[in-house]
Amino acid sequence: MAMTQVHLLDADRLAQIRKRLIRMHYESGVGHIGGNLSAIDTLALLFNERLGPQDQFVLSKGHSAGALYVALWSAGRLSDEALCTFHRDATLLAGHPPAQGIDGVLFATGSLGHGLSLAAGTALGYRLQEQHGQVFCLTSDGEWQEGSTWEALIFACHHRLENLTILVDHNRLQGFGETGDIASMAPLWEKLQGFELDLQIIDGHDLDALRSALAHHVPRPRLIVLETIKGKGVSFMENRMEWHYLPLDEMDYRRAIEELGQA
Amino acid sequence: MRKQLCDALVERARQPHMAFLTGDLGFMALEPLQQALGRRFINAGVAEQNMISVAAALARQGLDPWVYSIAPFCYARPFEQIRNDIAFHALPVRLIGNGGGYGYGVMGPTHHAIEDYGVLLTLPNLKAYIPVFDADVGAVVSTAGASPKAAYIRLGRGEQPADYQVPAYAPWRCLVRGDGLPVIAVGPLASTYIAALRAMPESVRPSLWAVAELPLALNPPPGELLAQIAALGRLCIAEEHVERGGFASEFALYLMRNGIGAQLKLLCARAHHYARYGSQSYLRKESGLDPEHLLRTLAELSPA
Repeated sequence: MAMTQVHLLDADRLAQIRKRLIRMHYESGVGHIGGNLSAIDTLALLFNERLGPQDQFVLSKGHSAGALYVALWSAGRLSDEALCTFHRDATLLAGHPPAQGIDGVLFATGSLGHGLSLAAGTALGYRLQEQHGQVFCLTSDGEWQEGSTWEALIFACHHRLENLTILVDHNRLQGFGETGDIASMAPLWEKLQGFELDLQIIDGHDLDALRSALAHHVPRPRLIVLETIKGKGVSFMENRMEWHYLPLDEMDYRRAIEELGQA
Repeated sequence: MRKQLCDALVERARQPHMAFLTGDLGFMALEPLQQALGRRFINAGVAEQNMISVAAALARQGLDPWVYSIAPFCYARPFEQIRNDIAFHALPVRLIGNGGGYGYGVMGPTHHAIEDYGVLLTLPNLKAYIPVFDADVGAVVSTAGASPKAAYIRLGRGEQPADYQVPAYAPWRCLVRGDGLPVIAVGPLASTYIAALRAMPESVRPSLWAVAELPLALNPPPGELLAQIAALGRLCIAEEHVERGGFASEFALYLMRNGIGAQLKLLCARAHHYARYGSQSYLRKESGLDPEHLLRTLAELSPA
């Protein structure tokens, strides 16, 4: 896949990106930071290293829009000034991805259970038009409680959409508790492995594991379960339910930035 | 109307970007289209939510997707996908719901669609088409296909009298002319009144108007009809749709906004459930949508 510009990520760059993500949420007084921090490594890697000009990305877990915007910023596709408008009046950067206006945002998402179908349709569109293009879709783990997500998986596998990669942010926490306590599918990979897809389970915060998993080509859809930590990178947020929602106060913000170091 | 639909879509299938998705319906009807389209004919299975979102994505990719199912399965189950993925993105996906209104009759209320266009017309960037006659379907496919908007096409069945000369398609048509008060009917229901109204003396015979495209903002009523309503101060509307959100309420608002005062009698789908099941004709009668009920209503509206 031809790429216009590749910015290889390292730990320092990722810490910078995390800090920008946290600052954006702090300055806008916005919560949902936990699920953004579990997804940011994958999104940053996709937009900086993996996505070529023909490729598309669909954020099915639309509540991680902040991570998407910051990943676009890290790849030079969204300005710092734009990030400063996040969640404010007259912004393009809504709390969930908008339908129009941002390069790299294909669909408005936010209601769970839509993104995988949209990604599958995009992948099928490439095939029907005999065009090359890879499609990547990031779902949450709680989102697999939506029946439409399974409809989409059946469709993608039946049509052997080899240009589709499904990523599952498996951080084990959802809106009002742990996925295992609410509507458990544990272990999720066991439910998925009966489908005709290429299933991988990796550490979703390990860049080399992500690179390797994304480089694996097979003639069927790929599904990568990303074992992640909600609130990853900030000790007092990690695996804590309240950071699914809470905004940061000044003390939280200073502690978080301090933990992420001087990068 | 399925035969005419299939013929029209087979014609359109010559365009290389056209695609068709069905929710596992169309057996013994759509096989010629399947043959014409090859891999661009997609049986999406019994999974309407996914089908709608896939269609939205195909449109986003520059394809021309048409989606088919029994009317209620086409819009009620996947309403959020139509709203979020099609309408919010202003994507030109065409939804075809077969058997609108009480079309599936004795199959029961799960298969009826009597709130379909009312629900869908609350959304932006969408237009509804309700062809009146079988012969309208080709023109509707062309018109909807040429529009940049999403479309919902409610298919019924041609019900006009055998000796009636069907006029060329138009979004508003006067099917029967007379000096009586105007009657407006939505879609094929209009054709069921032709015989009864033609039998009336011209001096009291209503003008029967059929409307086939909604909303009114995109298909305003003709001046001749508005003049009739203004002159007579009375009208009757019939639609195989529930009252709430239907054409009649939109039309009444239109009249008020335009300063036209009139007494309105409405015949509409009265209920999703009745005590007994039956055919489309039976259910229309239960709802007071049959020609005999229309004639009684007209008598009530006429000056003593």
